[in-house]
Amino acid sequence: MRGKTLGGKVFRGALLAAFGLFFLFPLYAMADFSTRNLLAGGRTMAAWKNLITDDALYQAIVISLLLAVFTVVLMLLILVPTMIWVRLRAPWAKGVVEFLCLLPLTIPALVIVVGLRNVYLWVTYFLGESALTLTFVYVVLVLPFAYRAIDAALSAIDLKTLSEAARSLGAGWLTTIARVVVPNIWSGILSAAFISIAVVLGEYTIASLSGYETLQVQIVLIGKSDGPTSVAASLATLVFGFVLLLILALVTRGRRRPTAADPAVAAPTPATQPGVPT
Amino acid sequence: MSRRIRESLPLLPFFALVTIFLIVPTATVIVSAFFVDGVFSLARIAALFSDTALSALWKSVLLSASTAIIGAVLGAVLAWLIVSSAPTSVLRRAVISLCSVLAQFGGVALAFAFLATIGLNGVLTLWVQEHFGWNLAGSGWLYSLTGLILVYTYFQIPLMVIVFVPALEGLREQWREAAVSLGASTFQYWRQVAVPLLTPAFLGSFLLLFANAFAAYATAAALVSQGSPILPLLIRAALTSEVVLGQSGFAYALALEMIVIVAAVMIAYNALVRRTARWLQ
Amino acid sequence: MTNGVSVELNDLTRVYGSVKALDGLTLHIEPGELVALLGPSGCGKTTALRILAGLDEATSGTVSVDGKDLTRVPANKRDMGMVFQAYSLFPHLTVLDNVAFGLKMRGKDKGQRSSRAEEMLELVGLTAHRHKYASELSGGQQQRVALARALAIQPRVLLLDEPLSALDAKVRVALRDEIRRVQLEVGTTTLFVTHDQEEALAVADRVGVMSQGKLEQLAAPAELYANPATPFVAEFVGLNNKVPAEVSADHARLLGTSVPALPGSIGSGGGLAMVRPESVTVTADPAGTASVTSVAFLGPISRVFCTLADGTVVSAQMTSSAARAFGPGDRVTVGVEPTGVLVVAPPAKPR
Repeated sequence: MRGKTLGGKVFRGALLAAFGLFFLFPLYAMADFSTRNLLAGGRTMAAWKNLITDDALYQAIVISLLLAVFTVVLMLLILVPTMIWVRLRAPWAKGVVEFLCLLPLTIPALVIVVGLRNVYLWVTYFLGESALTLTFVYVVLVLPFAYRAIDAALSAIDLKTLSEAARSLGAGWLTTIARVVVPNIWSGILSAAFISIAVVLGEYTIASLSGYETLQVQIVLIGKSDGPTSVAASLATLVFGFVLLLILALVTRGRRRPTAADPAVAAPTPATQPGVPT
Repeated sequence: MSRRIRESLPLLPFFALVTIFLIVPTATVIVSAFFVDGVFSLARIAALFSDTALSALWKSVLLSASTAIIGAVLGAVLAWLIVSSAPTSVLRRAVISLCSVLAQFGGVALAFAFLATIGLNGVLTLWVQEHFGWNLAGSGWLYSLTGLILVYTYFQIPLMVIVFVPALEGLREQWREAAVSLGASTFQYWRQVAVPLLTPAFLGSFLLLFANAFAAYATAAALVSQGSPILPLLIRAALTSEVVLGQSGFAYALALEMIVIVAAVMIAYNALVRRTARWLQ
Repeated sequence: MTNGVSVELNDLTRVYGSVKALDGLTLHIEPGELVALLGPSGCGKTTALRILAGLDEATSGTVSVDGKDLTRVPANKRDMGMVFQAYSLFPHLTVLDNVAFGLKMRGKDKGQRSSRAEEMLELVGLTAHRHKYASELSGGQQQRVALARALAIQPRVLLLDEPLSALDAKVRVALRDEIRRVQLEVGTTTLFVTHDQEEALAVADRVGVMSQGKLEQLAAPAELYANPATPFVAEFVGLNNKVPAEVSADHARLLGTSVPALPGSIGSGGGLAMVRPESVTVTADPAGTASVTSVAFLGPISRVFCTLADGTVVSAQMTSSAARAFGPGDRVTVGVEPTGVLVVAPPAKPR
């Protein structure tokens, strides 16, 4: 019985509209700004074409996408077996693992990069100068979000019974994980993967202060001389992230258990945790 | 005992990764703030009390606190708007999804969004110039503390919505009905029941927003290319400075300062979250 | 101490879109009486209670308490105490503060609030827990605090919305007796809503059985049990056997005897008589047409299941010592006590 009066409804509607305007206008402005033809007036897609034609930008896009893929793969390879093992064989480690996974929320990326210099001297010594070496530290950055997503999925299945059944039928550990557990926590894995991609594509702090030229670093560099292209690239990143989230929501809707809270809120997006890695 | 060791072995890759790329850098920061060239020294800590450092710290606190308050209040209002509409309405789900996206919309993209809106050639700037003759972007205030406050609010409000909506939803209808049947007016219900129950959640969210703004780097770095008004940008200057030797040592002290503050705020936040969970879950 | 007041619900109707939650409910509760509204979920009993409390608005009809029309009066001014199903204690207040809450709303000073709250806590036996919080109490204890809180304001009417449904079976039984004891001591007119027929019969002065927004029968528990007015009531309250019977001239012929047919039965012809297990008699008879299929031991009583010649299975209830005489396969004669039965129309044959 709240706000059922007409005045109440009008007031609420006006407030919502005001918020909507504040949040959606900059997005519109980005679209407008990046397609403006400054010389002749009217629209042009020149800035957007630069995403492909500008060599430096294109390289940066490729590197960032590769980085995202590498991060997701490494994260899954390390995190999923670890979490399964902890649940099945080393429950005493659960507290430690959870603490370590959530620690990056409290330690700002800026602090990590300051202390990262020495570590990366060794890394570049062994693995070279490519930006792809950022994978290791990026896996650490996405740990909190990935952990929560996979943990939720693992809690929803009876891991112990499933794995015991598989093992009693003769499956080795690798087979059990790959063919029995993973298919059943698919939504959690997808969730972790998509969030990680969004985080990696948007990461700037560590990449820029370590001297690597990823997408966001390049955007800022170009922004000094070519505003529209930078805005176009930023908007593209945003839209991509939004599309990922949308796909995730659609794919996991059928598999989600009913929870008391709204499913969209219960999903462990980076937003539900502190320490947005900006 | 050996069994325990055997059981820990598969956990090695995880521990190794976290140790090398999280613990070691953090430890490096903490230790290096107190050691210069291997010798214990408080010189770097002392530098934290220089005018530049104190000014940057103060501006960071100001930025974080003000955006946290604005974000908390406006976010609470928006959260209330969402919760008081029908639970399954399209509007509600759309708004919450949008907030999820916007809350992680930090970083570089946000800076460019505002540049495109109220920067020198921003869409809104030009429109206002054309219709009212005012110069919105004028003094370049977007690149100053005031501009940062406006820009940070853009991701603080959605973050508040995400964190506060569950608390609002945790306010059981039975409590309102029980209060009403016991004779409470709407005002009395809010004052005696709803507000006391929501206060820990609100304060906790405020702290979360504070830590979030305090640790943020990318947006400010993209907007402000010269100068270092706030702490994160001072760290950038210390790291990238080619002019003054030993500036990287300064960076360690600054980073230590940042993590101490953020950790303290997060500990307080966690304490409040536990209280909220006990009442509103 | 309150001396009860009368409550009148007159022709209450509540419509939600196309659903009629209440369809012309008229109920008169005497001062000091405890009336239970009994029915399955969706029958409208909770809706009726909430309309009386002022938490919901009737589409038409009136609510009166002590002769005064309260239909337009807001919920917080109705002076009624309400106990909800669960989770209604304020989590941020101690037990004492919870109980004193209504008094605080009425502007009583701290001294008055304390003494009255203590008095109520003693009434429900929870004085020792006064400084605890809701999360530290068991479900049963929480409901007792809720009861104390509702009574602290000396309400004119006490409303209980399925107060025991969320509790364990043993706690439920103990607490319902406690609620009845307290209600009798304080003397407040009470409306008790439940879906558990045993509960309703055990605590109420009168029970109103509801179905689909309508009141099927309002009577004292014994009357309801012995003389159900409609098939729904007969089905919902107590256990029943359904035995084929022939009705003519207000009598039903079944199991070899003729017994009175209750008003509400079909007028004439073949139907199913609803017979209580305790009204079924079983006698050992080697020439009998029925045989025992099984015996269920239930402690003080047992149920003997017999299959009749036409295939109908009836259960007979008797003391366990009497049931010891029977075992599966025994030939018996099944009869019925000469009490009235309700005869309903037989179900339509499935195609």
